[in-house]
Amino acid sequence: MKTSTSIVKKIYVALIFIFLYAPIATLIVLSFNASKTRAKWGGFTVNWYRSLIQDETILNALGTTLLIAFLSAFAASIIGTIACIAMSGMKRRNRAILMGITNIPMLNADIVTGISLMLLFISLGLKFGFGTILLSHITFNIPYVILSVLPRMKQLNPSVYEAALDLGASPVTAFFKVTLPDLMPGILSGFLMAFTMSLDDFIITHFTKGSGINTLSTKIYTEVRKGIKPEMYALSTIIFVTVLILLFLVNIAPEKKASPDSGK
Amino acid sequence: MQKELIKLEHISKSFDGQMVLDDLELKIHENEFVTLLGPSGCGKTTTLRILGGFVHPDTGSVIFDGQNITNMPPNKRQLNTVFQKYALFTHMTIAENIAFGLKIKNKPKSYIEDKIQYALKLVNLEGYGKRMPDSLSGGQQQRIAIARAIVNEPKVLLLDEPLGALDLKLRQEMQYELIRMKNELGITFVYVTHDQEEALTMSDTIVVMNQGYIQQIGSPESIYNEPENAFVADFIGDSNIIAATMIEDKCVEILGTRFSCVDTGFGRSRPVDVVIRPEDVELVEPENGIITGVVTHLIFKGVHYEMEVMANGFEWLVHSTVLSPVGQKVGIRVDPFNIQIMNKPESEDEEAVALEL
Repeated sequence: MKTSTSIVKKIYVALIFIFLYAPIATLIVLSFNASKTRAKWGGFTVNWYRSLIQDETILNALGTTLLIAFLSAFAASIIGTIACIAMSGMKRRNRAILMGITNIPMLNADIVTGISLMLLFISLGLKFGFGTILLSHITFNIPYVILSVLPRMKQLNPSVYEAALDLGASPVTAFFKVTLPDLMPGILSGFLMAFTMSLDDFIITHFTKGSGINTLSTKIYTEVRKGIKPEMYALSTIIFVTVLILLFLVNIAPEKKASPDSGK
Repeated sequence: MQKELIKLEHISKSFDGQMVLDDLELKIHENEFVTLLGPSGCGKTTTLRILGGFVHPDTGSVIFDGQNITNMPPNKRQLNTVFQKYALFTHMTIAENIAFGLKIKNKPKSYIEDKIQYALKLVNLEGYGKRMPDSLSGGQQQRIAIARAIVNEPKVLLLDEPLGALDLKLRQEMQYELIRMKNELGITFVYVTHDQEEALTMSDTIVVMNQGYIQQIGSPESIYNEPENAFVADFIGDSNIIAATMIEDKCVEILGTRFSCVDTGFGRSRPVDVVIRPEDVELVEPENGIITGVVTHLIFKGVHYEMEVMANGFEWLVHSTVLSPVGQKVGIRVDPFNIQIMNKPESEDEEAVALEL
């Protein structure tokens, strides 16, 4: 009796994973398919990857994507951390209000965020391009940083900062030498999360990019409209693996940082 | 008397409209071990934080070595604090923790190295320099917190319930350690605790506080033997506190019976409180007692027996090494010297007592 229920459970879990990952698995398999048609297997090849890295427009898009992801995650980490410091000094009610406001971009449909940012940029008379993409990515990344730094902030023992002051450190020195290192695991995982979100984004970028610039996701979208090329499978596979690695890092980073041998 | 080092003058502080300290006056001398003792919320920690510079008083001034430091930020004060929850820097090694203050002051490397070794030796943790704070026990972490403070050679060390998180055995051990360190360093300790035993064991001077007022300042002996009001008597150790009437000098009427005592100057027929410590109540044969009663409870406490005796409508708490079984008729005697007379508080609240040290 017992074993049969456990088999049922296992099958159930297996089904869930099959439904979740079968499409991606198909994509990955097809990215190594030598035949151009999707219907039949023409043997293993890495040609699609090879032609992908020779395609300059795609490499450009990759460069833009990484640069925007890095810059927006970096800026969001700084702004988000500063916001957390301010929020930790606030009264409970004000903090709850601010927290609600910062959470809105996360819960808001991407298309609404995208269109409203686009309208804002138009009314401000900004020229669409790299700058507008970066600004919008910073905007939607900040809540993710706050979300991962604030819990860390709450765990801080306020006496630690006071102890640094007590030992003669100025408030600025105390912050950089004592508070910031304690917050670092939270900031780091917030950074990686923001980086992932930025890599991942299509809709908001689509509305705020203007012409003449592409990130990987918008590049894939334009290519796919012209007809699906196998290079796009290869590209999608690379993006999937990259995001997977980043998510993995986000989850193990805090534990690693907390282990005692990390200090010198 | 040693030289006066710290003077708190007319210090008041309230948080969100709630008065925590009210016109506090306190003098602390060089090389003194002063304990601020009181229940939680009595203002003792706030007083310490005002000394450290973490809380700014609403009124009054802090005088340190003749200089007014009321507006001086904590990083400029020649005081160091040992915090309740250790507050070690968890991302630094023990040695880096201890060196923190010295590095900020740009001391030479060899000097810092010597100081680290000296401090680790003082707190009995030699060879722990390369360890991380997380790998140490609570007691060891607290010693490191002390080491980190004292390498800066402060004139005063402020300690905020430093032993509160430790277990009983370790706490007792650390009490002796602290006394030894204080004698070795020759600096002033200002110690905050709610544990009366800790205060009695370590202090030169105890400041008993309640509801933002100082109730009594004195040596452990005088606080214990001559409490000035019912709050102090009740807070420090067990005691029998009884409403009584001072008939005249050296004679007090307790529960309808006249006892002779040694106190004078309370006037005639004046209502007072008397405090009699349980170990000062002598149980004798009924015919030899000043009053008689019956033993109602008996507990063995190890060092002594704790008994309750019903006499003249009051349950007397008695500590004695001689057992009197429950139900036995006994006489009660009290040496005149052991009857402590106190003025009655004027209000319901434990009011402020004007004090001269």
